[in-house]
Amino acid sequence: MQYIPNILFAIILVLGITFFVRNVKKLIRNIKLGKSVDRSDNSSLRWKNMIKIALGQSKMVRRPVSGILHLVVYIGFIIINIEVLEIVIDGLFGTHRLFQGFLGAQLYGVLIGIFEFLAFLVFVAVIVFWIRRNIINIKRFLNKEMKGWPKNDGNFILYFEMVLMTLFLVMNATDTPFQEANVGNIISQYIAPIFSGIEAQTLHLIERGAWWAHIIGILIFLNYLYYSKHLHILLAFPNTYFANLNAKGRFDNLASVTNEVKLMLDPTADPFAAPTEEDANAVPEKFGAQDVSDLNWVQLLNAYTCTECGRCTSVCPANQTGKELSPRAIMMKTRDRVEEVGKNIDANGKFEDDGKTLFDTIATEELWACTSCNACVEECPVNIDPLSIIMDMRRYEVMEKSAAPQELNMMMTNIENNGAPWQYNQMDRLNWKDEE
Amino acid sequence: MTVPTMAEMMAQGKQPEVLFWVGCAGSFDDRAKKITKAFVKILNKANVDFAVLGTEESCTGDPAKRSGNEFLFQMQAMTNIEVMNAYEVKKVVTACPHCFNTLKNEYPDLGGTYDVMHHTQFLKTLLNDGRISIEGGSYKGKRITFHDPCYLGRANDVYEAPRELIRKLEGELIEMKRCKRNGLCCGAGGAQMFKEPEKGSKDINVERTEDALEVKPDIIATGCPFCNTMMTDGIKNKENEEVKVLDIVELIANAQDL
Repeated sequence: MQYIPNILFAIILVLGITFFVRNVKKLIRNIKLGKSVDRSDNSSLRWKNMIKIALGQSKMVRRPVSGILHLVVYIGFIIINIEVLEIVIDGLFGTHRLFQGFLGAQLYGVLIGIFEFLAFLVFVAVIVFWIRRNIINIKRFLNKEMKGWPKNDGNFILYFEMVLMTLFLVMNATDTPFQEANVGNIISQYIAPIFSGIEAQTLHLIERGAWWAHIIGILIFLNYLYYSKHLHILLAFPNTYFANLNAKGRFDNLASVTNEVKLMLDPTADPFAAPTEEDANAVPEKFGAQDVSDLNWVQLLNAYTCTECGRCTSVCPANQTGKELSPRAIMMKTRDRVEEVGKNIDANGKFEDDGKTLFDTIATEELWACTSCNACVEECPVNIDPLSIIMDMRRYEVMEKSAAPQELNMMMTNIENNGAPWQYNQMDRLNWKDEE
Repeated sequence: MTVPTMAEMMAQGKQPEVLFWVGCAGSFDDRAKKITKAFVKILNKANVDFAVLGTEESCTGDPAKRSGNEFLFQMQAMTNIEVMNAYEVKKVVTACPHCFNTLKNEYPDLGGTYDVMHHTQFLKTLLNDGRISIEGGSYKGKRITFHDPCYLGRANDVYEAPRELIRKLEGELIEMKRCKRNGLCCGAGGAQMFKEPEKGSKDINVERTEDALEVKPDIIATGCPFCNTMMTDGIKNKENEEVKVLDIVELIANAQDL
């Protein structure tokens, strides 16, 4: 009978982790729906970027208020998780504060003291975050894509963190031997008086309740990640590692187009040549992106990594001047569509055409409002590239559907006919030399 | 003004030090042609051995590429590369950040690898080598703010070359609230220059002009013919006749009465 809590704990732990692993597998499968793109080069620079940008939060603190608050929550999250290791071992073996034994009361006290202090700071930071999201009118939290689930999601995460930190402190405050030792209880000693006068038995029950609720809460939170914008706590690392390293102005040259253009410019090419057997059976490659499977896997990883902070949208010149485009919404809609395709695969075994594409949610008006200025790419704290998705979708509009805005068609006709975007004769290119 | 073409150079069996890529705006737009001429005057004064492609130059394909027309872009690119490679071009300078970006970043994959410089970078090397000197002249003490072209700044991380030149003019370089990597676009990039903006509450160039006017400049300096157009229109929109929009090479040429 005395092993029931241990067994129960083991079952909950295994369930929590199994479910999480299942979702991670699904996540990886969905990201792999994207086309291949080689990001295996220059691994030393990639590691450096990951350490600086994801681990070191270098781009977060460009905005000092939210940056430093985020840093507090981030450091708190990582360090307090050391305590989770002890909780898991205690839970499995029925021990109580196992680390106290071999670290010694003093060192253990210092450690818990740091945890308690961080837990308190995290609690305060999270309250400020909540106020920023719900009371102060910060524009980037009020854009239209932030209505409904995205807004609730943001708040749920904050509530989760508030509850977890509270449980952690209550657990310490109601741990009578720990309070009596009076080492490391720097925050919980102020909470303990709330429980004074409660008899030892009940106090122990509260302590156990907080302990169980805390660890179960963590497991629930772990499994909430996949359904939430909060996935960034994991994906920020691979995302910064695999991000584009080229100059931001360098857009990729479509290889499929290069082959055709070379053929067109080759005077020895025979336009009437019969295709080789291999060519005859090949499916012609689609130009640009119509759906998520036309994007590359890094773009899909970008979509899952986005935590909807909206810094991109807040610096977007189109968005600031009232246009429909919001780079954040592009990322959110891409993620929603990958998820939809993933669910379709779950239900049918493979993707069954559902007649939908990215264009169902991303309007061409958004795509054509972009100035390709790279402000969104520069601003993203985890190096997401919304511009590349916008460009790939423009390519589809123009090359597959010939649906460019009329004025751009005129511009392109001019380039084709006379080598300039305006109607000037190429032979007049040097006239400026002799003009006054 | 001496403007030799690559064809003339070749006929004389000469290979110039650098190809000046004029670009479409620099060749045809009345405002941008003044920038082209100012740059040539400086090149002449410094005895730079340069040439242009003249009628053999064609659009780099940048506006087509940003519009999503990869076919047209690559057609343009390959044609231009063929011409440049035939002349064995090694070094290119251009006064347009869009040409600069495309030639520098997008041509190498297609067989055109050159040492490409923006005119502000090129002038900086001339200055460092003692081939030109920059004096303030009439711009001494004037308040000058620099608008970062996206395709020079964020796209290629060139922020300092244009600023160093402005400092040499002994003007007072004042930064807008949003500058360098945080600079706001003028609204022309991504082929927006060639179309009406999408429906919105304001034009981007007006928003950017307000940024500039906030620091009360005498001059808004740019390094891009399209930014120049957008900012000039913005100033007109604000009915402000005092503030001038000028390219950095115009400032340098004017200061020396070239």
